[in-house]
Amino acid sequence: MNIVVCVKHVPDAQSDRTFNESDSTTDREGVDGLLSELDEYAVEAALKLVEEGEGEVTVLTIGPAQAADAVKKALQMGADKGVHVSDEAIHGSDAVATSLVLAEAIRKIGSPDLVLTGMASTDGTMGVVPAMLAERLGVPQVTYASELTVSDGTATIRRDGDTASETIVATLPALVSVTDQINEPRYPSFKGIMAAKKKPVETWSLADLGVDASQVGLDAAWTKVESFTKRPPRQQGQIVTDEGDGGTRLAEFLSAQKFI
Amino acid sequence: MPTEEGEELLALTREICDKALRPRADEAEERAAGSPELPRDIFRTLGRAGLLSLPYPEEYGGGGQPYEVYLQVVEEIASAWMSIAVGVSVHSLTCYPLARFGTESQRRALLPAMLSGEQLGAYCLSERQAGSDVGSMTTRATPDGPATPRSYRVKGTKAWISHAGHADFYTAFVRTSDDGSRGLSCLVVPGDAPGLAFGTPEKKMGLHCDPVAEVHFEGVEVAADRLVGTPGQGMAIALSALDSGRLGIAAAATGLAQAALDLAVRYALDREQFGRPIADFEGLAFLLADMEAAVTSSRATYLHAARLHDAGRPFSREAAVAKLVCTDAAMQVTTDAVQVLGGAGYTRDFPAERYFREAKVTQIFEGTNQIQRLVISRQLLRG
Ligand SMILES: Cc1cc2nc3c(=O)[nH]c(=O)nc-3n(C[C@H](O)[C@H](O)[C@H](O)COP(=O)(O)OP(=O)(O)OC[C@H]3O[C@@H](n4cnc5c(N)ncnc54)[C@H](O)[C@@H]3O)c2cc1C
Repeated sequence: MNIVVCVKHVPDAQSDRTFNESDSTTDREGVDGLLSELDEYAVEAALKLVEEGEGEVTVLTIGPAQAADAVKKALQMGADKGVHVSDEAIHGSDAVATSLVLAEAIRKIGSPDLVLTGMASTDGTMGVVPAMLAERLGVPQVTYASELTVSDGTATIRRDGDTASETIVATLPALVSVTDQINEPRYPSFKGIMAAKKKPVETWSLADLGVDASQVGLDAAWTKVESFTKRPPRQQGQIVTDEGDGGTRLAEFLSAQKFI
Repeated sequence: MPTEEGEELLALTREICDKALRPRADEAEERAAGSPELPRDIFRTLGRAGLLSLPYPEEYGGGGQPYEVYLQVVEEIASAWMSIAVGVSVHSLTCYPLARFGTESQRRALLPAMLSGEQLGAYCLSERQAGSDVGSMTTRATPDGPATPRSYRVKGTKAWISHAGHADFYTAFVRTSDDGSRGLSCLVVPGDAPGLAFGTPEKKMGLHCDPVAEVHFEGVEVAADRLVGTPGQGMAIALSALDSGRLGIAAAATGLAQAALDLAVRYALDREQFGRPIADFEGLAFLLADMEAAVTSSRATYLHAARLHDAGRPFSREAAVAKLVCTDAAMQVTTDAVQVLGGAGYTRDFPAERYFREAKVTQIFEGTNQIQRLVISRQLLRG
């Protein structure tokens, strides 16, 4: 079974995340980035499926030069090869354009049996790309999988809702997005790190995919961030000194905040 | 770092420390204080990542890394969780006799499993009456026949054994003749051998996730092909293994001191007295400077010995110097960290007091620091 895992390189949530002053897009240059943690679950799910049977795991990312690190991490974990789509024109693309480029890249990779994604990126957190991508590829989409098994040409997932867990079956080829409940992503091993250096990674431009630059980027985006303001630093809390009426004043505060 | 490979290895170690070790250390140590507990799953994670076999040849399943790299990995782990770093160092030590003194067929037969990352070893040298004075040990291995024995029967009790009852194999030093320290031999005993029994874990001052207990050999039969080196070579093997093992403890002590320093610096910048962060007071800033100097010189000292080791040069004296310097520095730095935190340092709300308790044992095990001075002065004066 051949699997393509779509992964995203995102700014490290542990460090300061900012927007570019000029066009209000996420700053991806001046910050430390890493493989989106939610995508690690998709990589792990793919590796498990291939280890049980056979086939190849290809990781696919779109992003500037540093995004290659996300591919590298997935290869270190055990994926077989990588594809990095990188093109100046992609800067500022929205989810619609992202799904277009991913779809074309997946067609060029070859028709996989399964496309896996995380449930959302940890920076944009929209979670719509998987559905759009499935639509563009014309394959069934089963999203938010907390469990995934594949057999006899079908993928079966469990989706946990607030009130019920659904079991959903899709025929392959299909697209599955996975949650952080599905598995415990492995760490790369030292041997995996060494092996990753020899694994093939292709870098494609929009021209390689036959995508016209006018279909992507900030100008083609359906939505755009007009302006941004930094969240103000947290104010010091209000201190209630008990002068006999402490209890009443605490209750007043809580009721003013609608806690009680 | 001598290689890019080493850099990547350290980055991997940091990731695992940040995600799997650091967040669990405080609570696990606190819980294990009541009843010692080995976090076996952590060693599995490290093993699968390839971090339990770094300084051994790749052909036997090791990572093929120089000590200069391996020890920095140990330091990094220690800065996240000391018990685990000590465990990694002890495991490395248990593989050493076979890797260094075993025959080719012994290495092929036993090392790959020991280095697979799935197994953990224990090092059985000390006894109640034979601590610093290793040569006086009484645990005895009796051959089943005079000429070429097929097996040995082992009787006796080892004390203070890390991983006792949890280990997959026991690298044990035993008496095979009455010829004092020339009458010792080394055996690698399988963890499931009949007749192996374990005492209740010691109630220690710290390092609670490194359970230490007695190992009783109640007539354990060990195949003769598990004897490492020649009968009588045991003392030489044990001392050679300790030369390398001490470097592991030196690196771990450095990591522990670094953790204490980092905590102290963060606290000093945050805590205000007399209307200013306490770090603004020179009396305290200079204390922090001394701590930094101690940590940095510790690191340089163990790396110096490691580089001699990696170059194939004699390094025994430098290893003893490193053990002495790094562990004394760790004791000083962790003591000072408690001081920087004031009353908070004396409580369990912060890990400073834990670091302090953990530092103490590094001056004691793998040869007390008095014994290190003995090693250093003997080599110095022998010329
Ligand atoms: C947490 C922990 C884990 C351990 N793990 C292991 C393990 O896995 N395997 C193992 O084999 N052992 C292990 N040990 C044992 C450790 O190596 C011994 O405790 C150590 O070698 C000291 O021996 P002792 O405790 O008998 O002290 P003693 O030898 O009785 O020493 C008592 C004091 O006398 C001093 N002294 C002794 N002889 C001299 C001398 N000639 N000159 C000057 N001073 C001297 C010592 O420095 C010390 O201060 C562990 C110990 C601890 C505490």
